[in-house]
Amino acid sequence: MNTVGLVADVVRFSCVDGPGNRFVVFMQGCNFNCIACHNPYTINVCNNCGECVAVCESAALSLSSAGSMMWNSAVCTGSDHCTSWCPYDSTPKALPITVNELIDQVRGPAPFLSGVTVSGGEATQQAPFVRSFFAALAADPELSRLSRFVDSNGAAPEHVWRDLAPVMDGAMIDLKALDAETHLAMTGQPNDEVLASIGLLASMGKLAEVRLLMLPGINDHFDVLTRTGAWLYDVDPLMQVKVIGFRCHGVRANAGVLTEPDSATMSGYEAILRGAGLTRLCLV
Amino acid sequence: MEMTEMRTVGRALIRDRSLTYHQRVSRLANLAEEALEPPQVSEACGAALDKRIICDIFEGHAPYRARYLLPDYQRAIERGSAYLELPPPTDLNEALWFLMSMYSQVPSITGYPVYLGDLDAVLAPFVAGLSVDELVSALRPFWRAIDRILPDAFVHTNVGPSDSPFTRAVLRVERELLQVVPNITLKVHPDVTPDDLLLDAVKTVFECGKPHFVNHEMMVADLGDDYAAVSCYNSLPIGGGSHTLVRLNLAELVHHHAGDLEAFFDGALGRYVELGCELIEARVRYLVEQARFYEHFWLAEEGLISLDRFSAMFGVFGLAEAVNQLMQMQGLEGTYGHDQAANDLSYRITAEVAALVATRPLPYCEGNGGRAFLHSQSGIDSDVGVTAGTRIPVGTEPELYEHIRTVAPHHYLFESGVSDIVHFDDTARRNPEAVVDIIRGAFREGMRDFTFNLDSNGFIRITGYLVRKSDLDDIAHGARHSSTFLGAGAEAQARVTGRAPKRVVSNERAAAAAVHRRSPS
Repeated sequence: MNTVGLVADVVRFSCVDGPGNRFVVFMQGCNFNCIACHNPYTINVCNNCGECVAVCESAALSLSSAGSMMWNSAVCTGSDHCTSWCPYDSTPKALPITVNELIDQVRGPAPFLSGVTVSGGEATQQAPFVRSFFAALAADPELSRLSRFVDSNGAAPEHVWRDLAPVMDGAMIDLKALDAETHLAMTGQPNDEVLASIGLLASMGKLAEVRLLMLPGINDHFDVLTRTGAWLYDVDPLMQVKVIGFRCHGVRANAGVLTEPDSATMSGYEAILRGAGLTRLCLV
Repeated sequence: MEMTEMRTVGRALIRDRSLTYHQRVSRLANLAEEALEPPQVSEACGAALDKRIICDIFEGHAPYRARYLLPDYQRAIERGSAYLELPPPTDLNEALWFLMSMYSQVPSITGYPVYLGDLDAVLAPFVAGLSVDELVSALRPFWRAIDRILPDAFVHTNVGPSDSPFTRAVLRVERELLQVVPNITLKVHPDVTPDDLLLDAVKTVFECGKPHFVNHEMMVADLGDDYAAVSCYNSLPIGGGSHTLVRLNLAELVHHHAGDLEAFFDGALGRYVELGCELIEARVRYLVEQARFYEHFWLAEEGLISLDRFSAMFGVFGLAEAVNQLMQMQGLEGTYGHDQAANDLSYRITAEVAALVATRPLPYCEGNGGRAFLHSQSGIDSDVGVTAGTRIPVGTEPELYEHIRTVAPHHYLFESGVSDIVHFDDTARRNPEAVVDIIRGAFREGMRDFTFNLDSNGFIRITGYLVRKSDLDDIAHGARHSSTFLGAGAEAQARVTGRAPKRVVSNERAAAAAVHRRSPS
């Protein structure tokens, strides 16, 4: 269990990343580049450019003689100037960690948890690590009761899901847009793999939830949402769908043109999706 | 207090438009009590009281009723009462009226009963076969009457640990009526209390800040099967209670202590625990031997309370400030809740206090083997800059996991209750299962008491009692609930409503606020 993953952060208690109270691992690195990304510093793996060293007020950052970024967590004040400054959508604070080390971090909070969620960044970009981590949790007598979820953008090939399935209880998949063009504009990537993943996971009984992030004026047109609802209903009429209204918090400056949907708009989305036959809806 | 000052205070009370009739009567009675000589204590004890290192929470000069008493309502209902001239009730309606009649004759330090019974158990013989809907209909007027007749948020009932339609009805009535009275505790057992009941209770907290949760296994191990949580976070034997509560201000004690850490443990701590126990002994003897409360009071005569089920409570507060000050004195930087050495020092302090209290015999305390119950005291409205009990100071709490891990190791020591209020943000509303996980985990990790609240309902939990935010806004015009004045005091002193985690200090004796006792002599 010495597989190493690059982890941006862990949160020991989270009530917003799946059922119950969960330990959440945020993997570093994502294959999308979403305009509405809430934690853009998790998109890329640090390129050791060193630009953040100067903006750190607590001298917690330095470049080693070998040219790699060094982060001294003991003096870091958590101001996050480095991540908000980073011109490369990354962080100097992501750390390589072994499965065993991560398992040890879960052990303390375990009595308080329903489960563990691996998020990101994009969890499936480090699928072998996630698989080893889940397998180790499943094999541990104290930790095997914890449910194991992946929170993903869905852009992963079939074999990734087939590998994960035996040790994963469920995946929560974001569907940014049903239409390829809108998806490309929103994420920089096509959505064919995302749609395939949703279908595959549903057929394996491993689809915990599909999330629709709603951006007013971009992916919320009546006909688009109607077709999205119909497509999801076709995959699974009892699918659990979480409708998430876009929030400006944490997004990059170039996302400034985006607006937040108000509660009446959200209720409108709900009505459209219910009209498509979906019943297990949750509005956030 | 001089007679001239007493007259001035009395006249002001009579004219105070913000007080109800009963609030005036109660405050005038407290004023009259101040005219009596307090129980005799030594000069050293008097000096410690003057410096507020020890404190009797303004219980009054002449103890004439137990601070907290927990009548055995089950026994009363089985036998009826000669004093009340009531036969045993035969149906639910009669039982509810029986209880209401009894409540009107049960005193405590507040003037109102602090315990209404474990109502699911007490009323079990009368509710067989009734649906939740039927029980809600029966309970609604009773619940309203409790709030109107006993307008004090220290009035407390218990339910659980097992599930029942009655308990579900209580939770539903709570969500519907949104009252501050009665306060409620749900007893939680890992195997007996189902997740679904806990989930229902958590959703009830989202609406009205109640119930409070207690670790049933731990309570039974310390207090026996017949215990209840009353007032705010005071867990005591049913059929007994606590004569009095004296608290030790650890923050103030450190301030008056000039020596090093070992001198603190070897000398100061022991001396002031003893002075606190001396004050307890003087007050207990007064209540039992002078006032002869347990000889003539009707609950004692009818066997609904008995002296051998009583003890007294020894409280501590200001642990956080004490630890931080002692760390500084050693030239160390760490603070309570954020540093292992500071946390370890805190555990050493509470363990030492517990050992001292456990070896100090006290008269008339057979309810706890002749020793006082240890209590983590959650403060009073006039405390400024001192953290309640063994809590981490408001606003400096670490993340929830660290918070619980820091405070939990204290809990086993405080058999008569320890309050740590946890604050959840509104995202918890969408995931009540997460809160259930955390409550279960907290009890697995050794917490005794667990209370949480959200920003977004209309209630603020002050210590263990609740205040409606809307009542605080209108406090200048008075408040029907006596306890709301305390919440207003806490708000004025500590700006509770302006803080992210909503928790503060206060206590039960609103009426004494106007007539704070300065000295025992």
